[in-house]
Amino acid sequence: MEAGLLFKIILVVAMFAVSLLVAMYSTFLERKVSAWMQNRKGPNRAGPLGLLQPLADGVKMFMKEEIIPNVSNKALFIIGPCVAMTTALMAGALIPWGGDIELWGRTFTLQVADLNIGVLYIFGITSLGVYGIMIGGWASNNKYSLMGAIRASAQMISYEIAMGLAIIALIMSTGTMSLKEIADQQDAGLANFVYQPLGFLIFLICAFAELNRAPFDMPESESELIGGYHTEYSSMKLGLFLFAEYINMFISSAVIVTFYFGGYHFPFQNEINEALGLSTTMATALGTGIMFLKVFFFIFFFMWIRWTLPRFRYDQLMRLGWKSLIPLAILNILVTGVVMWMNGKIN
Amino acid sequence: MQPLTNRSKQVVKKEMTFAEKLYLPAIFGGMIITFKNMFRKSATVQYPEVKRDMSPNFRGQHVLKRDENGAERCTACGLCAVACPAEAITMNAAERKKGEEGLYREEKYAANYEINMLRCIFCGLCEDACPKEAIFLTDRIVPTEFDRDDFVYGKDKLVEKVNERIDVTKRQTPEVLEFKKNKSLSHNKI
Repeated sequence: MEAGLLFKIILVVAMFAVSLLVAMYSTFLERKVSAWMQNRKGPNRAGPLGLLQPLADGVKMFMKEEIIPNVSNKALFIIGPCVAMTTALMAGALIPWGGDIELWGRTFTLQVADLNIGVLYIFGITSLGVYGIMIGGWASNNKYSLMGAIRASAQMISYEIAMGLAIIALIMSTGTMSLKEIADQQDAGLANFVYQPLGFLIFLICAFAELNRAPFDMPESESELIGGYHTEYSSMKLGLFLFAEYINMFISSAVIVTFYFGGYHFPFQNEINEALGLSTTMATALGTGIMFLKVFFFIFFFMWIRWTLPRFRYDQLMRLGWKSLIPLAILNILVTGVVMWMNGKIN
Repeated sequence: MQPLTNRSKQVVKKEMTFAEKLYLPAIFGGMIITFKNMFRKSATVQYPEVKRDMSPNFRGQHVLKRDENGAERCTACGLCAVACPAEAITMNAAERKKGEEGLYREEKYAANYEINMLRCIFCGLCEDACPKEAIFLTDRIVPTEFDRDDFVYGKDKLVEKVNERIDVTKRQTPEVLEFKKNKSLSHNKI
């Protein structure tokens, strides 16, 4: 028990540290990727290859003057970014980062908590994320902020439905809500996106909308709403809002990888592990490394889309969500059910 | 009417096909374009380390020349100030004292000479107006300052140092160089 608790604490701290570190360098990568795609060089002055740029940005954020508008609701104004950051960090607890490792003669799993309703937990937490934006936008007492907050809540609620429906088909085919079991089922066979291509596509599109990233960055809309919900924010409170987005991006990439791309499993893993003669711990380390590669690919993918597509108009966004994605998701559930019935999985 | 280029396209408003309505092929096409651009050479010039070549007749910060002996060529005639369309140049004349022959080339000189770099439009008319070949525009860029007053350059910044002469051959036309070879003209006497 003692060793188990200690390991969990270490894992939680490591989880936080890794989330923050990855988010930090995602901001750097975003600037680099956007620069490359626009034939520029991107930040390259702070440290070798500009690698210290995130630190410089952080210091800059802390040194900025902190402004709380007189007419704002001060308590809510402060709570807003806190909620955004907390919910962003909480979802990571459910992600299975790897298989078993052997430490102190015991076996541990690289997952903070394996809830049997893990999928629901992830959904609950990501739905809470909208509160940070709503509270922040409302407390600012600014019309742009309010517009951004309204758009954010409308958008996130709309797309959560399609996302949930897409996941129902996945839960039907996997028969479990535990993230670890979903990952482990893709162990030997094909990854879930082969069985659920439409579901994957819907989930991916909805993930963009949930993350408020281009082409769904209506809540921010820097060109029309001057930053939307964070118009009035300054200093590190603004930093927390922006940073929460990158943590969310990391976590949702991990969720996509777990749901649809086999998590820490990779093709021919048993053969490769045997050929290399890896111990359980080393095999897990390899699997975790592979998982991070997949996650980084999706982080890159999020950026790739952002610097390719322009922003949706509000009515287009709503039409896509309600009139295309939700019917498609329901169709996906039906097709999944019919296929499962034909294969004799449901009687 | 004759089109200027052949690139104009007739706009057609037609129903989109199913594939077009999906948008996914178009999005994929866009992603290929952005991905290809990642491997293109970046257009950035790393400024302080790398400087772009300037045009040979670039007109930048002025210099007040000295002659071969190190005496200031300017006689404060005021023609440059008159020629200046931006009224950026002011000066005060003074008379040369005995013993100052090494400092000033002629009997009259500019006690102070100021160019307001914020007013200056770097047209080069002062160069053309100058009868003594005293003022030239160079390929130096006027640096940025925090205060507007700092842009008013006095003689301390404008007159070239005796030991570090500034090359203005790029601004001198072949005709002028030919003219200067004629030492019989008083203008070219040392």
